[in-house]
Amino acid sequence: MHKSTVGRYLLYLLLIILAALFLVPVYVMVITSFKGLKEITLDQMWHLPAKLDFSGYKEAYAKLVPSLRNSFLLAIPATVLSSLLGSMNGYVLSKWTFRGSNVLFALMLFGMFIPYQSVLIPLIQFMQSIHLYNSIPGLVLVHIVYGLPICTLMFRNFYVGIPTEMLEAARIDGTGFFGIYRRIMLPLSISGFVVVGIWQFTSVWNEFLFAVTLTTQKQQPIMVALQNLSGSQIVQWNVQMAGALLAALPTLLVYVLLSRYFVRGLLAGSIKG
Amino acid sequence: MLQKSERAIPVLMILPSVIAIAIFVYGFISWTGYVSFTDWNTLVKSTHLVGFDNYKFLFQDFRFQSDLRNTLAFTVLFIGLTMLCGLFLARMVDSKIKGESFFRNVFIFPMALSFIVTGVVWQWVLNPTTGVNLVLKSLGVTHLPKWFTSTEIVPKIHIGSIDFGLPIAVIAVALAAVWQMSGFAMAMYLAGLRSVSDDLREAARVDGATESQIFRKVILPQLKPISMSLIIILAHISLKIFDLIYAMTGPGAMFVTDVPGVYMFETTFRGNHYAQGAGIAMIMLLLVSVLIVPYLVSSFRKERG
Repeated sequence: MHKSTVGRYLLYLLLIILAALFLVPVYVMVITSFKGLKEITLDQMWHLPAKLDFSGYKEAYAKLVPSLRNSFLLAIPATVLSSLLGSMNGYVLSKWTFRGSNVLFALMLFGMFIPYQSVLIPLIQFMQSIHLYNSIPGLVLVHIVYGLPICTLMFRNFYVGIPTEMLEAARIDGTGFFGIYRRIMLPLSISGFVVVGIWQFTSVWNEFLFAVTLTTQKQQPIMVALQNLSGSQIVQWNVQMAGALLAALPTLLVYVLLSRYFVRGLLAGSIKG
Repeated sequence: MLQKSERAIPVLMILPSVIAIAIFVYGFISWTGYVSFTDWNTLVKSTHLVGFDNYKFLFQDFRFQSDLRNTLAFTVLFIGLTMLCGLFLARMVDSKIKGESFFRNVFIFPMALSFIVTGVVWQWVLNPTTGVNLVLKSLGVTHLPKWFTSTEIVPKIHIGSIDFGLPIAVIAVALAAVWQMSGFAMAMYLAGLRSVSDDLREAARVDGATESQIFRKVILPQLKPISMSLIIILAHISLKIFDLIYAMTGPGAMFVTDVPGVYMFETTFRGNHYAQGAGIAMIMLLLVSVLIVPYLVSSFRKERG
């Protein structure tokens, strides 16, 4: 237990250096985004901007605002609906197990590990045939379905911790399946909803493959728009960095405000809760 | 106890999800599998079966052979560095330090970012004409690394139609991925370290073990299940990787940073080679399944036992 003071200082020094290294990309992103056209030369990359210039933000914002809007219209309903469905599934699979329910659960979980490339071609044909191709509601549907496994897993692991005795007591009082869900499970799962909600919102917001294959132009979510912005050679670095920051801001804000819940979601994603 | 009508309710409630997964996961996978055996390699849809032709093509293809090499190189680098980094960070954060939550949050925040954002930013940080190279230059380094623009492959052993080895450009992409994911490894290890009981450490201390012996002989073995889970989770991310590489480098010159995910996307949706794209997707699925199915089975066995 008795570590020398020198060792302690070294530990802190190392931690500070590592933390600084981790923040380097953020530093570069922030300073570049506030630079004017004259300052974004290659040799001045690490310099702080001489004065704050918002032209990068103005241009990035003008280009990205429709897709930012799309992403909110996509991520919020997808998050709410897949959390609700996941909660119901988790309730059934933890407290109302039936013959074969474990196998069913395992088959469901497989869905969260598959490379989505392996469903993409039929998915596009299917979305076209139900006239939801190239639409935000179509993407919402896709994210709900492929979000079901992880949401179910998280809620199931959460509900396993609620003592079954509580449910049995309620049953004796004549409370049924839905009564127990509403009066016992739901009030106890507020933090579960926060964890799953943050996880889903972040994943849907950050997702790219479905977005780039299922939508074009006006319906594109933010990550596709950002990729197009940075992919075009004529866009300046300050605009790209401002765009990257704007695209990252919603999930970063959620993280800064609710990091405790975010980390719990991170750990819950690894099967054993 | 339960009435018959009541027993049906739970099943009915999860039925929509089960049907959705059955169609969107298993149905679509079968469909993709079927497409991979057809000659649908133009805009005009075809259902004509041609056996393993697409797979034969892929395994002889320079680009796909490069993809397999790159995936192997990326996977080894990415898993190794992420786990080492995660374990190292977890140990430091776990040494009863001040400002613990600050440091923890700094190391984890890249997890909240999109791979696209990471790709865009790291493209700038590792740009060979500026970025990190400016710092290296001012430190007096003369042979500046070319990062993701390098076409070098070491050791360059000729196998099939490609040069086998570690493409230097892959290191740059792996660095960005390690930056993004090592906070996750840290969080997992931190949870593991916290669950090693103090009694166990104390007992080892009483027996005269040094701190480093305690770490190697007592703590590390306890972390083994976590390391196993990490390897599987990170490996499956690595086999599927697409967005980061697409945003940061694309296929690269001579396909030095190409991966199956990028090839599948480009050949299917830019080149209209649907059957070949389906073939790549099925190979990706097979690789992921070899990893995930035993993991799922063993997780469920453990839970029951």
